Amino acid sequence: MKILVCISNVPDTTSKINFTDGDTKFDSNGVQFVINPNDEFGLTRAMWFKEKQGASVHVATVGGPSTEPTIRKALAIGADEAVRVNAVPTDGFFVAQQLADVVKKGGYDLIIGGRESIDYNGGMVPGILASLLDMNFVNTCIGLEIEGNNVTAIREIDGGKEKISTTLPLVIGGQKGLVEESELRIPNMRGIMMARKKALHVVEPIVATKATQDTKFEKPAAKGAVKLVDNVDDLIHLLHNEAKAI
Amino acid sequence: MSVLVYTESENGKFKKNAFEVASYANAVAKQMGTSATAISFNAEGNSDLGTYGVSKVLNVSNNSLKTFNAKAFANAIAEAAEKEGAKVIILSSSADTKFLAPLLAGKLGAGYVPNVVAVPENTSPFTVRRTAFSNKGFAHTEINLDIKIVGVSNNAYGAHENSVSASIEDFRPSLGESDFSTNSVEIDKVLGKATIADADIVVSGGRGLKGPENWGMIEELAEVLGAATACSKPVSDLGWRPHGEHVGQTGKPVASNLYIAIGISGAIQHLAGVSSSKVKVVINTDPEAPFFKAADYGIVGDAFEVVPQLIEKLKVFKAQNA
Ligand SMILES: Cc1cc2nc3c(=O)[nH]c(=O)nc-3n(C[C@H](O)[C@H](O)[C@H](O)COP(=O)(O)OP(=O)(O)OC[C@H]3O[C@@H](n4cnc5c(N)ncnc54)[C@H](O)[C@@H]3O)c2cc1C
Ligand SMILES: Nc1ncnc2c1ncn2[C@@H]1O[C@H](COP(=O)(O)O)[C@@H](O)[C@H]1O
Repeated sequence: MKILVCISNVPDTTSKINFTDGDTKFDSNGVQFVINPNDEFGLTRAMWFKEKQGASVHVATVGGPSTEPTIRKALAIGADEAVRVNAVPTDGFFVAQQLADVVKKGGYDLIIGGRESIDYNGGMVPGILASLLDMNFVNTCIGLEIEGNNVTAIREIDGGKEKISTTLPLVIGGQKGLVEESELRIPNMRGIMMARKKALHVVEPIVATKATQDTKFEKPAAKGAVKLVDNVDDLIHLLHNEAKAI
Repeated sequence: MSVLVYTESENGKFKKNAFEVASYANAVAKQMGTSATAISFNAEGNSDLGTYGVSKVLNVSNNSLKTFNAKAFANAIAEAAEKEGAKVIILSSSADTKFLAPLLAGKLGAGYVPNVVAVPENTSPFTVRRTAFSNKGFAHTEINLDIKIVGVSNNAYGAHENSVSASIEDFRPSLGESDFSTNSVEIDKVLGKATIADADIVVSGGRGLKGPENWGMIEELAEVLGAATACSKPVSDLGWRPHGEHVGQTGKPVASNLYIAIGISGAIQHLAGVSSSKVKVVINTDPEAPFFKAADYGIVGDAFEVVPQLIEKLKVFKAQNA
């Protein structure tokens, strides 16, 4: 089985978000970039398929040269090879078309993406990719078992979960639950050394459509001070009469 | 050239978000000088959509679509959009809809924008305001393609009555075997219980509650309020509560009317996921807990004293205000 894990390079979850250039761009100054958490769960599950079922695991990122430390981290965790499509990923439709080209050329059976990138929260690249390639698709995937061509996946739904049966080739949008938090791997020295020698192919983007464009950003309005009360009667009174929330 | 809206139902009944997206679609249709058409699957009471401004309903009755199937639903909606010549498609933010939305975008070659919080600022160029960076910011996003798909954030627009009479038309999408290559085998869900996605009120517990044995009072408080229960990430990592209850940047987003955080410190990743809730209440022993800065109301106090009192007083309040 050939697996491609799609990795989105995102600001660390603790980052303060600021905008620059007249609020038209995300300000990456001083921001630490990491593997998108949803993709990290997927990559870790891919390692299981590599170790238990002999799968080969490649990773792909659409991004500029600044994404290479994140890609090297994925290689240090254990991916075999990486592809970087050298383009700025400003639009999910555009990214999906680039990845579709990578998949066609690489002949993958399973494509693991994340439920969403935690920066722009598009939640669309894996689904559009599946649609463009006419592959099966399972979103918000929290469990994945594969026997031959047959797939059993668990997906999170509102208020519960659903077991799904499908076949390869398949694209998933994964998230926490796909593996436990404690199974996530921190690259060790050996992994980091080996990652330096692994192939990182840089390819130029294909001509593709951009569907959307962010023209301006803003931060949420500052919040008023909290009203502290010292008994539950006052709280109920305020929630009922002032906030009209109960 | 109507605006098409997918109105979701469960066991034949429209979900609350169906009326919200119907209202939103009607507002967009008015902006564009056209009307709103809905597509529903095996739903009863289609004429109710007229109350929210939908003038035509494409009603799909098909036994093989009784259980949600993302690909089949996406392809049926795509076919409806083509038939109606719809250039704008309105969707909700439920887990099912976020599953089908990118498939629909791929199928139609459409521009999709999720998490939209208001009616379009402009229809040419088509521009919407949405949350980004997990609620740490907003983006104004232009859709440049001919067909536009707008995913409306839960609870962002609300349901607005605007009665028209809705004509109901049977619609039979031409689905084939290939639409059913991904199938539901089993659904594990407690029916009739409020979910984090659609509850008006969410009651959430953190590590301050010390252990899973103390969740009885959280569940009781939720029951009195008709609320859904949620938790912080470590609580689900420790196995005190199921993963499905984990809210925040890497868990489920919460956009309820009221969010009550008990024994939760308010880490940046937690706040990122819950800050869209309209009213936030914090109960925490530590007056310096960061959550107080993001809250509307707070009690500095011990959850083990405050929550039981709150339950008792709310029971009295509910009995008086029933
Ligand atoms: C990559 C990444 C992603 C993350 N994503 C998320 C996410 O999506 N969601 C999330 O929640 N976290 C997330 N976290 C974790 C986050 O950083 C915090 O560690 C977590 O939110 C803390 O949970 P907590 O508030 O329950 O626990 P704590 O921080 O331990 O806080 C417990 C609180 O309870 C209070 N307390 C103690 N006793 C009582 C009492 N008797 N009565 C009342 N209050 C009491 C304490 O004063 C304290 O404020 C993420 C972290 C990382 C690194
Ligand atoms: N620039 C990118 N390069 C590679 N994969 C990406 C990129 N952007 C998004 N993805 C994948 O698509 C998933 C969903 O991203 P998004 O649609 O941006 O929210 C991510 O979790 C990744 O798996």
